[in-house]
Amino acid sequence: MTDTHQDLAAHAQEKFGESITAVHEFAGQLTLDIHRDRIVEICRTLRDDPAFAFEQVMDVCGVDYLDYGRESATGPRKGPRFAAVYHLLSLRHNRRLCLRAYLDDESPMIASVTGIWNSANWYEREAFDLFGIVFEGHPDLRRILTDYGFIGHPFRKDFPLIGHVEMRYDAEKQRVIYEPVSIEPRVLVPRVIREEGFAKG
Amino acid sequence: MAEIRNYTMNFGPQHPAAHGVLRLVLELDGEVIQRADPHIGLLHRGTEKLTESKPYNQSIGYMDRLDYISMMCSEHGYVLAIEKLLAIEPPLRAQYIRVLFDEITRLLNHLFWLSAHALDVGAMTVFLYCFREREDLFDCYEAVSGARMHATYYRPGGVYRDLPDSMPQYQPSPLRDTKEIMRLNANREGSLLDFIWDFTERFPKHIDEYEMLLTDNRIWKQRTVGIGVISPERALQLGFTGPMLRGSGVEWDLRKKQPYEVYDRLDFDIPVGVNGDCYDRYLVRIEEMRQSNRIIRQCVEWLRRNPGPVMIDDHKVAPPPREKMKGDMESLIHHFKLFTEGYCVPAGETYAAIEHPKGEFGVYMISDGANKPYRVKIRTAGFAHLSAMDELTRGHMIADVVAVIGTLDIVFGDIDR
Repeated sequence: MTDTHQDLAAHAQEKFGESITAVHEFAGQLTLDIHRDRIVEICRTLRDDPAFAFEQVMDVCGVDYLDYGRESATGPRKGPRFAAVYHLLSLRHNRRLCLRAYLDDESPMIASVTGIWNSANWYEREAFDLFGIVFEGHPDLRRILTDYGFIGHPFRKDFPLIGHVEMRYDAEKQRVIYEPVSIEPRVLVPRVIREEGFAKG
Repeated sequence: MAEIRNYTMNFGPQHPAAHGVLRLVLELDGEVIQRADPHIGLLHRGTEKLTESKPYNQSIGYMDRLDYISMMCSEHGYVLAIEKLLAIEPPLRAQYIRVLFDEITRLLNHLFWLSAHALDVGAMTVFLYCFREREDLFDCYEAVSGARMHATYYRPGGVYRDLPDSMPQYQPSPLRDTKEIMRLNANREGSLLDFIWDFTERFPKHIDEYEMLLTDNRIWKQRTVGIGVISPERALQLGFTGPMLRGSGVEWDLRKKQPYEVYDRLDFDIPVGVNGDCYDRYLVRIEEMRQSNRIIRQCVEWLRRNPGPVMIDDHKVAPPPREKMKGDMESLIHHFKLFTEGYCVPAGETYAAIEHPKGEFGVYMISDGANKPYRVKIRTAGFAHLSAMDELTRGHMIADVVAVIGTLDIVFGDIDR
């Protein structure tokens, strides 16, 4: 771990204590796994404490870990299915931080951080739309990227790539209609996990 | 008599000034905007989901189609994320070529932005002038990758191939006489680098031309000065990056602050605005074009002096040369494995960000060790900028909406993904 990351992680652990469940560093990125109930509190401190000063949230995204490592020898990973990931940027200290909060499998829900960073508004709408993560306290939690009246959350791993419905113009009815998809899903290159790693071998 | 004054108007998605497929629902009081609600997603293609279903290299082409005005920069972000996970670094020459083409892309983007913005606000001539220069830059794209727009030129570990020694030339045709063809081919006699060099000699004069048309233009200033003003604090709150943030006076450029590739070896300045209005953002982008021109010249000079490999010599990631593949069994196996299965990337996650012409372009990539990414999240600048539309236009007139859309520099390919 680099010095700056070590300082940052140590300071965060001192501040938030039990709320941080794990600290990872990989490829130059520091990730803190945090408890989802404390998200607003933690984010507010991260923004306002001059030692952190994360003025911007660069991204909020959902992750669905349902199929993570399914092709590996040990099988799919166990643990929570959904996570909300926040990428923060501090201009003052010129560093980044990644926060990850695991959510419930059945009804993924987390408090909204739009009150802390206004730019989170659309990112949270996007994560809601694509993953079905509900951000409590969001001022306007509507779908954003998918069609009006869309059913389902397309980026979940159990949502097929080709979708469920297709759309065409029906000349008889003189309007656009939705029908179940007529194409077969196909995989050209199967997903494989090489234990030793082909790239590293 | 009932007083119903506010009414709601639809702007787009087919409006020419909506820059693609933006549907804005405007709530108006007379001609003054009370609320703007952008409806996006009309160009949503699920790029992130598609990349999860393909080996890493096969998705590079999708990145071109995200922001179809600045193609190679989006490729760069994606390729950087893979390289970070693989912990590889491309050869120095490849890094210079990437910087060179990033800056060419920045010019392409800013020229398009300037032409479209000026056209929206009512200046037709700038549009024609800018497209004249864009044509030369597209020729550079074509010479290096074979495609004018969707290049798919960057690869993890370097770039697809070295810069060509000759420029494609105009051929005789019934539509052009010999004299005309000689004129067109005059700067295409040498290599691609000579062509780019010739372009950089001409280009500052062309920027002067655009500035002559706009910078002191009374109408241009009336339409842009004091429109869409955003304070530095609000710009940070709203997630602004790139020229939008610098226009408000925040000096933040990833090329300087978190240098990637060889930006730390190059000499360039970061322009910042003062007032944070449309006019300042215009000035910032114009100056960025001049700085890009400087960077391109430094790259061309370096590339002329330093030949070398443009792809790493690790055949687990980069395919071996074709001649070698024909004669060497191991190379054949590498070739076969790479093109049927791809390469597996160590499990982990990373966020790679670059200074895209529009702002910060970030790729958050999670790998579970497979030959396909587990999750790719693309963070584009336009998404955050457009979400501030409501705040930027509130209290302005309808005509100013067009100026604000222009200054946001939005492209729907990267907002909707």
